[in-house]
Amino acid sequence: MFEQYFPIFVLVTVVTIMALGMLVLSHLLGRKKGTKRKLMPYECGIEPEEDARQRFPVKFYLVALMFIVFDIEVVFLYPWAVIYKQLALFGLIEMGIFILILMVGYVYILKKGALKWE
Amino acid sequence: MGTIFFFVLAAVSVISAILIVAQKNAVASALYLIVTLCSQAMLYLLLGASFLAVIQIIVYAGAIMVLFLFVIMLLNLRRDEFGPDKKKIQRVLAFALGAVWLIQVVAVIKLGLSKMSLSPVTPEAALETGSVQTIGKSLFTEYLYPFEITSILLLVAILGSIVLAKKKI
Amino acid sequence: MNPTFLFILITVIKVVVIVHIFMFILSYLTWAERKLLGHIQARLGPKNVGPFGLLQPIADGIKLLFKEDIIPAQANKILFVIAPVLSFIPALIVFAVIPFGDKVTLFGQEIDLIISDINVGLLYIFAITALGVYGIAIAGWASNSKYSLLGGLRSMAQMISYEVSYTLSIVGILMLAGSLSLVDIVKMQDSFWHMFIFKQPLAFLIYLICGIAETNRAPFDLPEAETELVAGFHTEYSSMKFGMFSIAEYANVVNVSAIATTLFLGGWQGPYLPPVVWFLLKMSAFLFLFIWLRATLPRFRYDQLMKFGWQVLLPLALLNILITAVIMII
Repeated sequence: MFEQYFPIFVLVTVVTIMALGMLVLSHLLGRKKGTKRKLMPYECGIEPEEDARQRFPVKFYLVALMFIVFDIEVVFLYPWAVIYKQLALFGLIEMGIFILILMVGYVYILKKGALKWE
Repeated sequence: MGTIFFFVLAAVSVISAILIVAQKNAVASALYLIVTLCSQAMLYLLLGASFLAVIQIIVYAGAIMVLFLFVIMLLNLRRDEFGPDKKKIQRVLAFALGAVWLIQVVAVIKLGLSKMSLSPVTPEAALETGSVQTIGKSLFTEYLYPFEITSILLLVAILGSIVLAKKKI
Repeated sequence: MNPTFLFILITVIKVVVIVHIFMFILSYLTWAERKLLGHIQARLGPKNVGPFGLLQPIADGIKLLFKEDIIPAQANKILFVIAPVLSFIPALIVFAVIPFGDKVTLFGQEIDLIISDINVGLLYIFAITALGVYGIAIAGWASNSKYSLLGGLRSMAQMISYEVSYTLSIVGILMLAGSLSLVDIVKMQDSFWHMFIFKQPLAFLIYLICGIAETNRAPFDLPEAETELVAGFHTEYSSMKFGMFSIAEYANVVNVSAIATTLFLGGWQGPYLPPVVWFLLKMSAFLFLFIWLRATLPRFRYDQLMKFGWQVLLPLALLNILITAVIMII
């Protein structure tokens, strides 16, 4: 365990140090002359109106939910794929049923047009 | 070595868990929740459960937290919209329930551990149990039925989300 | 010397060296991209800094460091600073499980040319890639600018949409290989016709398309569609913080290419030339493709992009798994 994950731990540490180093260096070296106009959000030179954080379409939320559902499917598929040679036909049938049930949901979403973007 | 790692990770996960509820900014809370989930994944890794660890990151830290972030951004709560609650009953109730929960946890640990027989497992055996192959084998043979039922659960999630958002698609 | 201490010492040296080589490749990828794009568009590209403009990446890096570091007044300061770090770290730790050569012997020590061969290698890659979304999400939100938020949201939705087919496309290879370790997968492709690209051509195509979409590169660079979103999620970023997003993007391009090499083209295996050279050659082919596509293809529209991901790639990826499963039984 130690031999396998220690190198990754070292890598994460090195990369984190690099990231922080870059932030600090650019903070120290860069000039700082923020004027009021410079620190305004960029909007092509026009005075920004209203708050930027508006509510946005519910579709993004639906996409995220679809993503979770299919991500979980993938998580099941991975161990299944690794031992597929041993499961053979039995494996094909059980995963077939699993995916078929999910596909009912998938077709329903498509028919409802939830993933359509105009 | 393993013990040091354990205590560092345990501390990280507890501190970030506390920071989740202590934050006023919901996006920052979500980030702390990701930290908690990742440090838990590393705790699984220390136990030799490598598959469980990556799954924890992929599903919880990678997928479910994206949904959380979307919802936080979607609702877009302003700072003044969720200041401290003024209802006193709520606070009292929260502390009471928290206390009950704490007693429960302590009781379960105290009573449960004495009755349970935990036999020490060698690191090799732990690695074997936590491997993808072993988990796959038991999931797709022994626990076949629960696995298939999961698909129904996922189907319900899909349908539910559509029904909730249906008004105008 | 104490073996544990020796192991730690070798690991630290190895990691530091590999990270530097990786950064070197990234900086010269920016040079190659500008040079190639220039020539494709009948321009010369960078040529003034050093011979053939070869010192350009170094000049760029120094310039970025000395630029003014602007944090917009309305931004959420802490999150604004953390966002590039959250993008940078995952992009630079993905390659830890990719083997780029066989064992070599240096100073009497046998060293594997891989940072770590873990038994869940492929899942590690996907787990870390999945974490890459947050840098973009937080950047878009913390900037408190309309372009940033819209760009960030679009990026997130695009990345998670293509991540599904991206991960599904690999399942066919896992079925054939029976292992999640990239070292095992490379070892299985020991001759030309054993390369998985011939056994899984459909998976290869899906993987490549999703890989390009995952890295937000042309023709899927919607989040940065200048004409509508200025610069997407990093509109408000300047100085090295912008540089870090840029490094992360190029690192992801290299990662996708390296993974494609490993999974489909037999990784470091090849005749005559040393393994590392083979690995770099195959990877460069993909990098060239990335740049070529950027110079050639127009950008997708957002609705086309989402439709393509969910309604074409996803069913195709599932079909590929079904075909593989049936063939393996027969």
